[in-house]
Amino acid sequence: MPQIAQLAETYASQIFWLLIFFGFVFFVIGRGMVPKVMATVESRDKQISADLSAAEAARAAADDAEQTWQAQAARQREETQALIAKAKAEGAKTSEASLAKANAVIDARMADADARIAAARANALGEIEAVASEAAAQIVARVAGIRVDAAAGAAAVKEALHG
Amino acid sequence: MAAEQGKVDPMHQFKIEPLFGTDHWQIAGYHIPFTNSALWMAITVAVLFLFVRGGMKRELVPGRWQMAVESLTGFIDNLLAANVGPAGKRYVPYIFSLFAFILFANVLGLMPLALIPGLHPFTPTSHFTVTGVLAVMSFAIVLIVGFWRHGLHFFSLFVPHGTPIWLLWLIPIVELISFLVRPFSLALRLFVAMMAGHVLLEVLSSFVITSTNSGALWGTVVGIPSFLLMIAICALEILVAGIQAYVFALLTSLYLNDAENLH
Repeated sequence: MPQIAQLAETYASQIFWLLIFFGFVFFVIGRGMVPKVMATVESRDKQISADLSAAEAARAAADDAEQTWQAQAARQREETQALIAKAKAEGAKTSEASLAKANAVIDARMADADARIAAARANALGEIEAVASEAAAQIVARVAGIRVDAAAGAAAVKEALHG
Repeated sequence: MAAEQGKVDPMHQFKIEPLFGTDHWQIAGYHIPFTNSALWMAITVAVLFLFVRGGMKRELVPGRWQMAVESLTGFIDNLLAANVGPAGKRYVPYIFSLFAFILFANVLGLMPLALIPGLHPFTPTSHFTVTGVLAVMSFAIVLIVGFWRHGLHFFSLFVPHGTPIWLLWLIPIVELISFLVRPFSLALRLFVAMMAGHVLLEVLSSFVITSTNSGALWGTVVGIPSFLLMIAICALEILVAGIQAYVFALLTSLYLNDAENLH
């Protein structure tokens, strides 16, 4: 086998050229180019992770904004409800008050009217009494020819009328 | 040579020959011609350089080529992170160089480039002079890192946790031997795996050629099955090329883990 047969005459050349070429590989490729390739990979990985974390942060911010917005919307809705309720209550109160006022006016008028009606009735009743006692006196005078005292007649009529 | 004898010499592919008339090159008395082995190391380095170069566009959204280079560096990075931990990061250049150089050399040696006339593929990793240098380098780094970080405490590597006291005379010796065998096992595993595959392919191809030359009957009975087997073994050898590069890088990172973290 040439590896052994040629050992004595070729070992120096083999070692010498291997050291030259492997040295080139190590110093130029291994130490010069490989770290640059790996730095590219590393910067890409870094960029990807940075982008991912930025996206994550943006998502969190969006979630946050939505939450705030929702809270705000809920608060506004509450406020609106309160406002509506207040307006309702106020409206009810005002209408109650005006109703009460109107009621009072109506009640006053009704009382007035009742009083007048009662007065008119009393008046009418008094007149009827007077007419009736006069008529009774005249009837008595015509029928019996007795002159009845006006006061006695009135009392008799009153008794008859009121029982 | 091989062709002149009318048959295939399965060992010829491992022969080292000086190229371009550099046979007389010497440094300090050492004979260092630019051989076919050196040429294929150079081709390996060039292909590897172009491959990694294509992944240096540094785009945020990588193309296919950049993706391929990045997955290779990421593979080594994960290997070291899993086996050594955070301290493994600084060995990425060395382990990457080791893995990529061995992988590209293995695969390039398997390419059917001999179909181009005048081109003789050569696999530097099928020589233990080459794998040995790589293994000794890995072993030396383990020793340097171990003594640098732990001082003489590094010797506690030879006394694993939970060693019974009555075995203290034996375990350190066993551990020391297994430790010292590491560079040899690293070097020989790669060299033997690459050489065996290439020899097997060459032997099978010689079966195909010889049997076909000796008539249609032998060509059918021996040649065709051998050829089918060759196709299957080619696929297996591509797998082995990757696995051996991975094993070399993995074992080196495991040894580095010993040096970094002891047991």
